[in-house]
Amino acid sequence: MARPDEGATPDAELWVRPYTVINGRTRPSTVLDLTSLVRATGKGLVGPEQLGHEHAQALQLCHSPTSVAEVAAHLRQPVMVAKVLLSDLIDSGAITARFPAVLGTTDPALLEKLLDGLRRL
Amino acid sequence: MVSDASDMFPTQFKILIAGGFGVGKTTFVGTVSEIAPLTTEETLTSASEGTDHLTGVENKVTTTVAMDFGRITFAMQNMVLYLFGTPGQNRFWFMWDELSRGALGAVVLADTRRLQDCFAAVEFFERRGIKFLVAINEFDGAYRYQADEIRSALELDASVPLVRCDARNMRSASNALITLVEHIVAKSSSRTTEDSVDVNRIRS
Repeated sequence: MARPDEGATPDAELWVRPYTVINGRTRPSTVLDLTSLVRATGKGLVGPEQLGHEHAQALQLCHSPTSVAEVAAHLRQPVMVAKVLLSDLIDSGAITARFPAVLGTTDPALLEKLLDGLRRL
Repeated sequence: MVSDASDMFPTQFKILIAGGFGVGKTTFVGTVSEIAPLTTEETLTSASEGTDHLTGVENKVTTTVAMDFGRITFAMQNMVLYLFGTPGQNRFWFMWDELSRGALGAVVLADTRRLQDCFAAVEFFERRGIKFLVAINEFDGAYRYQADEIRSALELDASVPLVRCDARNMRSASNALITLVEHIVAKSSSRTTEDSVDVNRIRS
């Protein structure tokens, strides 16, 4: 009972590749959430030409503040793989990340602003 | 954690879109999102389909959990709202923990033809104290139940808003989000506001 929206189809090809990209690592060095925002700093200890293909691709996606979930979707990689790639880039100084500190706020002023935005949709 | 000047990053909100399989979560996300719904995958190793416990490493298969997500940017407010469609199958519930962390609230989509499919989501959010509303995604040809019938079927707390919604319709879907945020504001600002809410109110 594989259901299409759950993506429960094992795909041998896909399952070999992702973790090869990150040398089998399954823990990012920086704690990242799905909604953590990452952004390129324009700097970095490693030049773009020295970055691997996937790291370079991930870096390209970070021109403006982008969520980890979005980077993973665009890379077509599992979230954990994206997290490891991004934490490598953070370690090298190429990107900066912000853990969504204000996520889940119930600050009425912020929620009113959000409502204002939703009503203008 | 590397940090940066916080004003460069927008304020973020996260709302979960939950409910059973085929209830319209992906449609809902796609309708309100400014980007085409993206699918992220999380890999996991789990017991193969049909077994409820791990019977041994040899029986494990690697599968993916797909989560749809969308985004709405409010440039004027420097805010971004993320919408995450939760994986529907029960065996992916551990994913809900990360998804629900820091979530502002949740929209539980329900189909009156298969109301039981959303019981699990309702219970999950109740237990975690995550504020939510139930949106009846009205499918063509589905019997239109009265609000109180649906409430009692779901054993829904009187303070939980119940709305009708067409997940394909931008206005209808965004109204569900507005009602949810209004509910959260009312809940967190004062108890007296809550008392004045008409429990049987149902919006189109």
